[in-house]
Amino acid sequence: MNVLVLAEHDGQHLNPITLHAITAAQFWQSPVHVLVAGNALDSLVDSLSDIIGVAKVIKAEASHLATPLAEDIANLIVSISTDYQVILAAHSSFSRNALPRVAALLDVAMISDALEIKADQTYVRSIYAGNILTHIQSQDTQQILTVHSSHYIAASTHGGKAQISSATVPAAFHKTRWISTKHAQSDRPALNSAKVVVSGGRSLGSAENFEQILSPLASKLNAAIGATRAAVDAGYAPNDFQVGQTGIVVAPELYIAVGISGAVQHTYGMKDSRIVVAINQDPDAPIFQVADYGLVADLFTAIPAITAAIQ
Amino acid sequence: MKILVAVKRVVDYNVKVRINADASDVATDGVKMGINPFDENAIEAALQLKEQGKASEIIAVSLGTNANQDVLRHALAMGADRAILVETDSKLQPLAVAKLLQAIVAQEQPSLILLGKQAIDDDAGQTGQMLAALLDYPQATFASHLQLENNELLVTREVDGGTETLALNLPAVVTADLRLNDPRFVKLPNLMMARKKQITTLNAAELVVDTASRLTLIKVAEPEARKAGMMVTSVEQLLRQLRDHEGINL
Ligand SMILES: Cc1cc2nc3c(=O)[nH]c(=O)nc-3n(C[C@H](O)[C@H](O)[C@H](O)COP(=O)(O)OP(=O)(O)OC[C@H]3O[C@@H](n4cnc5c(N)ncnc54)[C@H](O)[C@@H]3O)c2cc1C
Repeated sequence: MNVLVLAEHDGQHLNPITLHAITAAQFWQSPVHVLVAGNALDSLVDSLSDIIGVAKVIKAEASHLATPLAEDIANLIVSISTDYQVILAAHSSFSRNALPRVAALLDVAMISDALEIKADQTYVRSIYAGNILTHIQSQDTQQILTVHSSHYIAASTHGGKAQISSATVPAAFHKTRWISTKHAQSDRPALNSAKVVVSGGRSLGSAENFEQILSPLASKLNAAIGATRAAVDAGYAPNDFQVGQTGIVVAPELYIAVGISGAVQHTYGMKDSRIVVAINQDPDAPIFQVADYGLVADLFTAIPAITAAIQ
Repeated sequence: MKILVAVKRVVDYNVKVRINADASDVATDGVKMGINPFDENAIEAALQLKEQGKASEIIAVSLGTNANQDVLRHALAMGADRAILVETDSKLQPLAVAKLLQAIVAQEQPSLILLGKQAIDDDAGQTGQMLAALLDYPQATFASHLQLENNELLVTREVDGGTETLALNLPAVVTADLRLNDPRFVKLPNLMMARKKQITTLNAAELVVDTASRLTLIKVAEPEARKAGMMVTSVEQLLRQLRDHEGINL
């Protein structure tokens, strides 16, 4: 039997989280196939076939897959599913949307955001905003899961020699119509793959402050900017900046938490960062419990001082 | 148009949950429970459609023990018209919940089914998608905006790095993100009034659905805490630590 990895991409570039999923897929010591669905995929397919650890790239091309719906991705995966003992993807809004649909169609339970894959169909995942870890064993013969990409290293992108094949794409799902996609325009690195993240909380006080205080620091560090839900709800930062249980999960080399209290719903999204720096004026703020370096200070003086002191 | 809203009873989000003595499960005895926050957004979305004259009836459904009456009363107090409690003592996993909801959909024939995008206890985020699959309905997950026009539902969804807008034919399944709306507060008079509304109780067994668990819980554990950090007293000391001890190029 084989393992199927669902690739995530924007039509041109592979999302690096897929490389982590390919590493996770090696666990079963079975041939790993990567399914890439879209339109006009030749260059992507070439780069996928060069990844070490991929035995086969399955290309599924159709015009309606250029802006793929969960419904279409699910029907496509189901159409080739009998060859696979395991179907997985990196945990993302794309895979969270499509894979539960696959699982239900195949009458299989799904494991979301597996932190660890163990023998005997056992997985470790977190519940309650990361407060508790559960070890669960699947009783199904087929396994469907998303994996927590930061827990797996990226597969090497050169030196592989995968076969390439094409899948027959099922007819488009007609009851849903894609209208538009808006990608936040930004010169900064993507939040979920940035090496440095600077995040701000409600304490920034306004959208103007959020920008004026955090942007210069983020620019100097080539960092992505993140935010707490409180900051997003207050309109200081756009929705896709939200880090946490119900936002994005990041694990950069350096995470700088600026005026963030450290609610579990937030720390869930950043506690796998290598180094956490917290700046908060309250010495008892819970964020200091997950920080490697804590500075009790007023952010409005500390952040400009840090920005000025770095090259 | 009928709207069905699924609501889950979960440990209140302010509670710091612990594991029980033999690490076999989470300790939930005597812990404060409440409605899953995302499900409140789902109810609010249904109420707003009704207020716009686009929905006629809102039915809240919850699956679990008799204790789930409290979250259904909450939904009724917010403004749902009636409620269904599907009673079961078993711990339901998302696939089983989706199958039970499918049976309720067959009975009620709603045009729209709204759920929260995830439950804050198991954080799985699967039920809506699974239900849509079983029904072969269109789905829109992580919805932050909804608009119903000419029997078509326009949904803006939050996706990594931006948003996506879809048009769904009804009937459809939508899962709510927190940004979809601000759920209204429940006032005491609403709670009193909700007492007069009807909660129909069904036994899960009557629905003849396979609810066997497919995932066996082996054990639970508390995650390892991050190693204790240090407090620095100045910006200079902070930068020195990062440069000299962490090898960060600043
Ligand atoms: C279902 C649910 C899901 C949620 N999901 C998320 C999520 O994904 N992500 C998320 O972030 N939150 C989430 N939350 C919200 C979370 O519980 C917290 O409310 C939120 O993270 C708090 O944001 P904050 O730290 O910006 O604000 P606050 O908690 O208000 O903290 C502000 C902090 O700033 C400090 N401060 C104030 N002024 C200054 C100053 N001048 N200088 C320095 N420090 C200062 C204060 O000491 C305080 O610690 C969720 C909540 C629920 C119920």
